Amino acid sequence: MIERDLVIVGGGPAGMAAAISARESGVKDILLLERDQYLGGILNQCVHTGFGIEYFKEVLTGPEYGNRFVEKIKGAPEIEISLRSLVVKLTKDKTLTYIKPGVMEEVRAKAVIMATGCREKTREMVHIPGTRPSGIFSAGLAQKLINIEGLLPGKEVVVVGSGDIGLIMARRFTLEGARVKAVIEIQEKSRGLIRNVAQCIEDFDIPIYFRHKILRICGLDRVEKVVVVKVDENFNDIPSSSFEISCDTVLMSVGLIPENELIEMAGVEIDRKTNQPVSKEVNKTSIPGIFCCGNSFKIYDLADWVSKESAVAGKMAAEYIRSLK
Amino acid sequence: MIKRLTCIECPKGCLLSIEIENCRVVKVSGNECPKGEKYAVQEIENPMRILTSAVLAEGLTLKMVPVRTDKPIPKSRIMEAMDEVKKLRLKEPVKSGSVIVDNFLGIGINLLSTRTVSKT
Repeated sequence: MIERDLVIVGGGPAGMAAAISARESGVKDILLLERDQYLGGILNQCVHTGFGIEYFKEVLTGPEYGNRFVEKIKGAPEIEISLRSLVVKLTKDKTLTYIKPGVMEEVRAKAVIMATGCREKTREMVHIPGTRPSGIFSAGLAQKLINIEGLLPGKEVVVVGSGDIGLIMARRFTLEGARVKAVIEIQEKSRGLIRNVAQCIEDFDIPIYFRHKILRICGLDRVEKVVVVKVDENFNDIPSSSFEISCDTVLMSVGLIPENELIEMAGVEIDRKTNQPVSKEVNKTSIPGIFCCGNSFKIYDLADWVSKESAVAGKMAAEYIRSLK
Repeated sequence: MIKRLTCIECPKGCLLSIEIENCRVVKVSGNECPKGEKYAVQEIENPMRILTSAVLAEGLTLKMVPVRTDKPIPKSRIMEAMDEVKKLRLKEPVKSGSVIVDNFLGIGINLLSTRTVSKT
């Protein structure tokens, strides 16, 4: 079996920042595993600006922000990048199994940093009744279809929830010529950043309904309409207030959930409700030497903060490896 | 007239109170830094936005190449700018930061690639 000082799983903002910082803290043998064919993770599909203001003191798009880290990693011979490498197993003694085209590899690490990011919550997780037609997408999937695949998923859109990705996608659909008919938010204000409400919604006069929710999604083969209802302060429906919006697409932007199946497999204690590792200290898990950073540790609002705190994970892993000698 | 605006220069999002007379800003309050005042004047008198989008590629390793304007453009011309972006086809490799269209919209700004892409 191959042995490595440090294995990092995930080549997005968290994994890249952790790799760079571990190297700067003296780790000389780092393997970075990324399942996609490029480094950068979700940054590659975030073509909008708003990245780097905290970290680099300038306004960058997602790909530009990611590229700053990619360039640094490529200049570091101590960091080996393995792309198209999907980790399928992690054990508590820090053995990782991963598959890449044509092969299955096993590697044992002195320390592991998991930077596996998060997933989007689905319609099922927020219990929206109705039929199951095509045309229902998570906002991030729609983002990938438009910005990476060049496909427009629909023409008349209703966004459920006002998370940042939903707001950004409301603007993106509008720019591509689709009509965003409503953003529906059950809370009394947006859960997204204020600048996104201003630049993505108000700039394009998109109607945003606070204290409203989707009662039902209708349509047989394709989404045809949604039924919307106002809720009171206890989030109970006010039935007399219901109305319909015709649309062919529903985007779900109702929050993110850390992706932690691998550390759970290794026996790390996980909070069943939030899917975060149970931890008193940032980036740590219940197994010494298995660290977790970025959106898989907790959901961050800004990539800049992911980079900053993931750098701390790199340092912690370096200290842990030193302590073994 | 008093208008309230949220400053979008940074994620803090200060709530600005802007006194306007004859379409000109006379006083700004509520800002925690000088960027807020500058933003308020710009936003009321001539709102500008950086446009980001993606351009179709042909024969390159990516299907879509992300792009941005190097400087903000007038908000009123964003949809017109998108019409131009949609007409573009990128056939040659570019580096992140390369100019794809110079003097975009004829207003002295450039459309830049924000990602490096090579030939297949």
